[in-house]
Amino acid sequence: MNDIENFDEMWGHDGALRPAYRKFHDWFGEENPSRLRAKQREAEELFRLTGITFNVYGRAEAEERLIPFDIIPRIISGAEWLRLTRGIEQRVRAINAFLHDIYHGQEIIKAGRIPQEMISRNDAFVPQMIGVSPPGGIYTHIVGIDLVCTGAGEFYVLEDNARTPSGVSYMLENRETMLQMFPELFSQNRVQPVQNYPTDLRRSLAACAPSGGTDTPVVAVLTPGIYNSAYFEHAFLADQMGVELVEGNDLRVVDGRVAMRTTGGYKPVDVLYRRVDDDFLDPLNFNPESQLGVPGIMDVYRAGGITIANAPGTGIADDKAVYSYMPEIVEFYTGERPLLQNVPTWRCSDPEQLAHVLDNLGDLVVKEVHGSGGYGMLIGPTATRKEIAVFRKKLMARPGNYIAQPTLSLSTVPIFSRTGLVPRHVDLRPFVLVSPEGIKVTPGGLTRVALKKGSLVVNSSQGGGTKDTWVLED
Amino acid sequence: MLGKTANGLFWMYRYLERAENTARLIETGQRIALTRLTDGEGEWVSVLQSAGALEAFQAENDTVTKEAAIDWLLRSRANPSSVLSCIEAARHNAKMVRTALTGEVWEAVNATYMKTREVLARKVSERDLPAVLGAIRQQTALVRGMTHGTMLRNEIYDFARIGTFLERADNTARILDVKYYVLLPSASSVGTSLDNVQWETILRSVSARGGFRMEYGAGAGPREITEFLVLDRRMPRSLAFCVGKMRDNLRYLHKGKRTPLPSLKQVDQLERLYLSHDISAVFEFGLHECIQQILDHLGQIARQIEIDFRFYE
Amino acid sequence: MRLKIRHTTRYRFETPVKYGLQQLRKTPKSSHQQSILSWRTKVENGRKELSFEDYHHNTTELISFAPGATDLSVISEGEIELTDTGGIVGAHRGPAPLWLYLRDTAHTRIKTGVRGLVRSIGASPDLEGMHRLAAGIREAVTYEIGASEPNWSAEDAIAAERGVCQDHTHIFLACARDMQVPARYVSGYLMLDDTTAQDAMHAWAEAHVDGLGWVGFDVSNGISPDTRYVRVATGLDYAEASPVSGTRIGGTGETLEVQIDVAQQ
Repeated sequence: MNDIENFDEMWGHDGALRPAYRKFHDWFGEENPSRLRAKQREAEELFRLTGITFNVYGRAEAEERLIPFDIIPRIISGAEWLRLTRGIEQRVRAINAFLHDIYHGQEIIKAGRIPQEMISRNDAFVPQMIGVSPPGGIYTHIVGIDLVCTGAGEFYVLEDNARTPSGVSYMLENRETMLQMFPELFSQNRVQPVQNYPTDLRRSLAACAPSGGTDTPVVAVLTPGIYNSAYFEHAFLADQMGVELVEGNDLRVVDGRVAMRTTGGYKPVDVLYRRVDDDFLDPLNFNPESQLGVPGIMDVYRAGGITIANAPGTGIADDKAVYSYMPEIVEFYTGERPLLQNVPTWRCSDPEQLAHVLDNLGDLVVKEVHGSGGYGMLIGPTATRKEIAVFRKKLMARPGNYIAQPTLSLSTVPIFSRTGLVPRHVDLRPFVLVSPEGIKVTPGGLTRVALKKGSLVVNSSQGGGTKDTWVLED
Repeated sequence: MLGKTANGLFWMYRYLERAENTARLIETGQRIALTRLTDGEGEWVSVLQSAGALEAFQAENDTVTKEAAIDWLLRSRANPSSVLSCIEAARHNAKMVRTALTGEVWEAVNATYMKTREVLARKVSERDLPAVLGAIRQQTALVRGMTHGTMLRNEIYDFARIGTFLERADNTARILDVKYYVLLPSASSVGTSLDNVQWETILRSVSARGGFRMEYGAGAGPREITEFLVLDRRMPRSLAFCVGKMRDNLRYLHKGKRTPLPSLKQVDQLERLYLSHDISAVFEFGLHECIQQILDHLGQIARQIEIDFRFYE
Repeated sequence: MRLKIRHTTRYRFETPVKYGLQQLRKTPKSSHQQSILSWRTKVENGRKELSFEDYHHNTTELISFAPGATDLSVISEGEIELTDTGGIVGAHRGPAPLWLYLRDTAHTRIKTGVRGLVRSIGASPDLEGMHRLAAGIREAVTYEIGASEPNWSAEDAIAAERGVCQDHTHIFLACARDMQVPARYVSGYLMLDDTTAQDAMHAWAEAHVDGLGWVGFDVSNGISPDTRYVRVATGLDYAEASPVSGTRIGGTGETLEVQIDVAQQ
C-alpha cells in the first residue's frame, strides 16, 4: 500500500501505521466496501443536490461541475497541527507587517533586504494604497496558506494566498457531509471542529469596521455575480454569516458612504468582504471598463468610510516572485527565524539562476509568476521532451515571468477506490483569519488530492478532488 | 432586504408558477384534442394564445401542429415561457437569492431543475407526455411545499407570494381573455350543460373542474363559471383570490411605514373597481372589457412593485 | 504676489443624469512657495460626498449629481499668496517613494519616439540638462492650440510634431524617466499678461533634481514657474492630476463650459 519513495501520511515511510490513523484504521477494517461505495455515491448526490459546484472558466452556466469528494479523511495529530499553526501565525504576521511597510516607509527596501524592482516593477503593487492605514492595521483579513508535506511534521509553504483565497466552503461542506454519513467516526475520534469558521469570519470582519460606527457593523459579501466560478462559495459564506450578498450594481456612494440598495432605500455598509479582484473593484479609480465594481469605493475607503477585506493591493505579498523572499521577509519583521520553510525557488529573472533552471528543466517545476490554477506551468519529470522544448522557448523569451522549484516528493494520503485504499498526492490549504484580537487558524483546511495515480496536480480545474481534513484533539 | 433579492424572489416564484401553468395548459390541450371528434389544431392555437406564446411561435413556425405546439410550450429555449425556460429562469433567480432561501427550498428548486432537464432533454413522445407533465407538477409542488413548510413569514415570503399570485392572476385572466366569448350570455344557447367542451377546457386550465362541481353541481352554466373564476374568494386561482393575496402581502410589507405605497393603492383600486361587485355587474360592464382592464392593471402593478421596492434602481 | 482665482465648470446634458460621481482635484496645494489665503468649492445641482488626500497629496473631493440633474456646476474660488523660488518646489515628501515617479503610464509610454528624442537632445540628468530637455522638446514639438486629442500619449505628439501644454508635459515626463530622472505632471493655474479670462487650466512638469528636489519646467512657455503659477494637483500623468474625472449613468449629450479668471490682486 505504501510507496517507498513517498511519505504516506497513514503508513509513514516504513509501512507502520501512524498513531493519528489508528482508530480510523480499526473502523475501516470492519467496514463493508460495498457500503462505502454506496456512501461515496450518496455523498456525490448530496453535493449535486445542494449545488456545491464550481463553474468552469469560460463556459456557460450549464457547465456546473462537482469537485470529486473522497470519503477517506486526512488525519493530522493535534501536536503536529500546533507546530504548524505557530509557523502559519508567524508568516501571516509578517505578511501584514510587510504590506504596511510596502505602502508606507518601505524600510525593507531601504535595508536592502529585497530589491526595489521587486515592488516597483510589480503590477500587484497598487499605488492608490500608498499611505493608507486600514482599521486595526490589517491588510489581509483572510489568508490561505498552501502547504505540502514531505515527511512526518515536514511542511513546506507552496504559495501564500493573500488576495481572495477560496475553498473554505468545501472545507465546511466536506465536514458536514462526513458528519452526516459517518457519525460513528466522530464519536470514536475527537476531531477539532471547523464549523465556527463563518461566525469567526463575521466577528473578525466586524472587528475591523471603521471607527465611529455602530456597535453592530453592517457586513456584506461582494461577489462578481452568479457566473463566477466561486459564486457558490460567496453565497454560502454570506448565508452562513447571515449577511447580504451584494453585486457591484447593488452598491453606490450615498452620503459619503458605500451603501446597498434595499427595498427600503440605501443602507450604509461598514465592512465589505469582497471577492472581486482589485482591478475590477472601482471603475472610477482602477479599470474603467469594469462592470463588477463600485465607482468611488476607493474614495470612500481613503476617506475612512468603509473597510475593504482584503485590502486592495495585498497581492504584492503573494506574488510568486515575492514568495522567494518570504524567509527574509519573515525575519525582517518578526526578528525570528521562519518556522515554516519555503520551497527553494530559482528566480528566472536572474541570469545565473536562469542558467541553472535551463540546465535542469527535466527535474524542475516551472511556474508563471502571476499564474494560478495550475495553468501555464511545466512539471519537468512528467513532461515529454517536446513539451520541455516548447517551454524552454517560452522561458527564454520572458525569463522574468517565471520561477522554478524542485519537484518535492509530496506526501500521499489514501483515497477510496474500487480496489480499496490507494495512495494519492495531496496538498493542504489552512484558512487564517486576522483581526485586531489576533490570528486564528481554523483546525483543518482544504485538502486537495490528485486523483490520478502518480499525479502531482491537485487543482480542481484539472481533475483534483477534495477530502475532509481532521485535526485530532490529542 | 436588497432590492435585487426582492426582485429575484418575485421572479423566481413567478417563473415557477408560470411553468406550472404552462404545463397545465398543455395537459388541457392534449385532453381536449384526444376527446374531441373534430380535428384539434384550432385548440392548440388558443392554448398557445393563453400561454402568451402564439406570436413568437408563429414567427418560428408556419403552421400550428400539435407536435410543434407541445414542443414549443414544453422545451423550446426560444420560448421564454416554455416549461424548460421557466424552470431554468426560476433556478437562476433562486441562485441569485440563495441567501434568502432555506436550504430545503433551494434543494427543492435545484432538484426540480435537474429533473426537468432530465425529462425534457429530448422531444417528448405522446406516450410519455402524461408522465413528464406529472413529474413537473410534482416537482413544482415540492418547491411550494418546502416554501410553506420551512420559510419564515417575513418580507422574503411576502415577495415570494406576491410573485406567485401576480403570475397566477395574470394566467387566469389570459385564459378568460382568450375564451371569454364562450362565456357570454348569447353563447349559452350553444350548449347548456357542463358537457360543453369549451367550458370544460376553461375549468381544466385552472384545475377547477372538481371545485366547480362541488360548489355548483352539474347544472351550472357560463355565468356561474365566470363568477367562480373571477369573483370567488375561496377558489385559489380566481382573480379575486389572487388579487386579495397580493393585497395582503403588500400590506404586510407596508406595515409600520407612514409613506404611501403606490402599488398597494393600485391593488386596492383594482379590487374596488372590478372585483367587489356581483357577476351581473361584470357582464353589464362587458366581460371582455373587464378582463382587459384587469390585465392592464396587473401589468401596471408589476411595474409599480419594481419601483416601490427598488428592484432595479 | 497675490492672485485671485475663480474657476467655473458647468456641465449640461440633453437627458437627465440618473446617477453620477465626479472626482475633483481642484484645490491648490499648500506649500512654501504658495500659501492658500482662502479657497472654497461650491457645487450646484450636486453634493459633496467626501474628501481625502490622495497619494500625491492632492486634495480630492468626490461629488455626486443630484438625481435627475440636467446640469451641474462646480465653482471654485479663492486667493493665493505666491513667493518666487525660481521654480524650485523642494524636497520630496513621502510616503510615495521617489522611484514611483519613474513608472511609465499610458500617456507617458516610452517607445521609439521618446528614446529618439532623448538621444537627439543629449541632455544630462541634472538641472541644466532638464532645461535643455525642455527647450529641445519645444523645438521638436510645436505648440499649437487644438492640435491634439486629450487622450494622446507622448509618442502620439512626438509623431505629430505638435501639441499643447499637456502633450509637452507628457513628453517631458517620458524623456526624463527614460533618463532615470523622477518626474511628475502638474496641473494648475497660470496668470496671463494680456487677459484674466481663460478657458482651460495649464500644465507643466516637475523633475526631481539631485540636491534641489522637485523643480518645475513649463515646456510650452520655455521657463520655470514663477509667482504667476499656482500648483493645484500632481500625478504621474494627466489622468492622475486632472481636475475632474467622473462616471455616470444617463446624461447623454454632454456640453461643457469652462470659465477661469486669474487676476492679480
